Amino acid sequence: MTSPSAFTALSLAILKGFVRDKTSVFFAVIFPLMFLVLFGGLFSDQDQSKVELIQVGGVALVDGLPDDAREAFDETFEVERSDDLDAAIAEVRKGDADVALEQQGDQLVAHYTQTEQVKAAITQGALRAFVDGANVAQLSAESGQPPTFTLETERVEDESLTTIQFVTPGLLGWAVAMSAAFGAAATLQGWRQSKLLRRLQLAPVSTRTVVGARVTVTVAIALAQLAIFIGLGAAAFGLTLTGSWWMSIPLLVVGTLCFMALGLLAGAVTTTVEGAVNAANFVVLPMAFLSGSFFPLDATPGWLQAISNALPLKHLNEAMMDVMVRGEGPSSALVPMGILAAFALVVTLVAARLFRWETS
Amino acid sequence: MTRAIEVENLTMTYGTLRAVDDVSLSVEQGEFVGILGPNGAGKTTTLETIEGLRRPDRGSVTVLGQPVWPRNAGLLPRIGVQLQASSFFERLTAREQMHTFAALYGVRTSVADDWLERVGLVDKADTRVEDLSGGQTQRLSIASALVHDPELVFLDEPTAALDPQARRNLWDLLSGLNDSGRTVVLTTHYMDEAEVLCDRVAIMDSGRILQFDSPSALIRRLDAPARITVAPGQLQLDEARRIDGVDEAAEGSDGVVLVTRQPTVVVSRLAETDQLDGVRVQTGTLEDVFLDLTGREYRA
Ligand SMILES: Nc1ncnc2c1ncn2[C@@H]1O[C@H](COP(=O)(O)OP(=O)(O)O)[C@@H](O)[C@H]1O
Ligand SMILES: [Mg+2]
Repeated sequence: MTSPSAFTALSLAILKGFVRDKTSVFFAVIFPLMFLVLFGGLFSDQDQSKVELIQVGGVALVDGLPDDAREAFDETFEVERSDDLDAAIAEVRKGDADVALEQQGDQLVAHYTQTEQVKAAITQGALRAFVDGANVAQLSAESGQPPTFTLETERVEDESLTTIQFVTPGLLGWAVAMSAAFGAAATLQGWRQSKLLRRLQLAPVSTRTVVGARVTVTVAIALAQLAIFIGLGAAAFGLTLTGSWWMSIPLLVVGTLCFMALGLLAGAVTTTVEGAVNAANFVVLPMAFLSGSFFPLDATPGWLQAISNALPLKHLNEAMMDVMVRGEGPSSALVPMGILAAFALVVTLVAARLFRWETS
Repeated sequence: MTRAIEVENLTMTYGTLRAVDDVSLSVEQGEFVGILGPNGAGKTTTLETIEGLRRPDRGSVTVLGQPVWPRNAGLLPRIGVQLQASSFFERLTAREQMHTFAALYGVRTSVADDWLERVGLVDKADTRVEDLSGGQTQRLSIASALVHDPELVFLDEPTAALDPQARRNLWDLLSGLNDSGRTVVLTTHYMDEAEVLCDRVAIMDSGRILQFDSPSALIRRLDAPARITVAPGQLQLDEARRIDGVDEAAEGSDGVVLVTRQPTVVVSRLAETDQLDGVRVQTGTLEDVFLDLTGREYRA
């Protein structure tokens, strides 16, 4: 039997080495999936939960809502009645309720905290909408004309982005970043320690073939991660992809290169396999937090968002979200892909400069 | 015929340390050569420079008539290398390692299987390298260095860290390596190993090659006296001192010990008087050669 090509043989050897390494498989696939199940399953109806509103005394606006508006109001708010304003505010402060509402003359006063930012935003937006609606209704009633403008209340967030939609692209980005960076760091260090790098240097194969095989396997692992995430998300948690989701494939390919480069850098500056993996972890985990892999960054301070814009994972996550669930067109991924590619190039050059054949 | 290896005035430094100091060495094709020296002598650095892994700081290295630096792709299929570490792919079985290396050299898979058999690893073919014993790992390592049937083979301490039994088992394999005219260069820090396996031995210490010759010539040149031990009760001490050629005689725990530079004369005299029973003759060893060259004990 003739042998497979050097490229095929190397790719197979690397792939087998990965699949047989339980720790790597756990961190590349199982661990991120645990987060997907956690976010997608347990917290799935968090954003459908109602805003708990304590109505203090009579509030004409709420009491006098027409039937259809009342229905809409009840969809957003869970109303409880009270006569004690101070007690109501205390409850809001403790977090037992989200907002206390009272009427002072013609003014509607809402007491809420900023602790739960999403609910605070919903409260503000929804109450404003109801006040505007009431004003319009009153004006049109006074003039005897039907209202020119009608108002429909809508949730302040992007309607399609239920939890699973939001978390899948970000967690996937984190999973890919993690396995690409760890894989590159551990391979470089491991092969250096065992002198396999030297041994390959003495075999009649080009560096391009060796690197090509390593990249191919890592990209294949990333695409498998994509398939598993989409498959599980769709089957178990109702993930629905939008038109250009397939752009996530080239995005992940470029992203993989970028995080492999980070892993190479970690492998180049460390002297042991553990050191390399720890260094990769030290980079990837904070980056995942700051790139919105675990929670949205919209409500974070500006300086934090500025930092996150310097991180490649942020661009991958955003672009993945755009094409996978926000319904953006394929071209929306081009700029992020350019950023990721530039990042990959620069980091690879730095890693190549710091690279040593030996650890001592 | 071109020489297998030609090293001229090679010097290699790590920072201020001269790991290899003005070494010259030539190896003919078909020779089995050993580089013998204690740890830190510079054996690995010398070997890796000859293989083309390191750029010579000074001097030149030619292998099979061609320069090895910069990386000479034409030479790679002609040389086989076992590095001083088990350079294998993680978590692959012995057979998978061999098949992968075969593919890297464009060799048929069946050749890789033949090598597994030749090094006695057929029943370990499906065992992962991490689970092989030290001796089995070394066998696999040697097999993967030879899978493409190279003309010139480098083995860096193939028997290091093996127990004496496994070491001797490996000698059988090693001694057959150059039967087909292949050139073998091996490093070792075991004297007995160099003596048994090698046609010529380069004795190396502190980056320098002190002597390079066949083990017997090295010992002969040492001109060390032989020690002849005669079993107790066979020979009186004063009688022993009167024998022609005996320089010194002393009573030892296992008999009378005669020190002589003419062992043949002394032994034939003992034969004439029928005093040969239980006689033991010890000539110089490579260890004595090392002691003579460096003025200190050999510590591997
Ligand atoms: N990569 C390196 N960096 C610095 N010093 C080294 C390096 N490799 C070997 N040395 C030093 O060079 C000397 C020769 O080492 P080496 O060639 O490995 O000897 P041997 O193989 O005979 O044990 C030793 O003193 C060793 O500590
Ligand atoms: Mg060595």
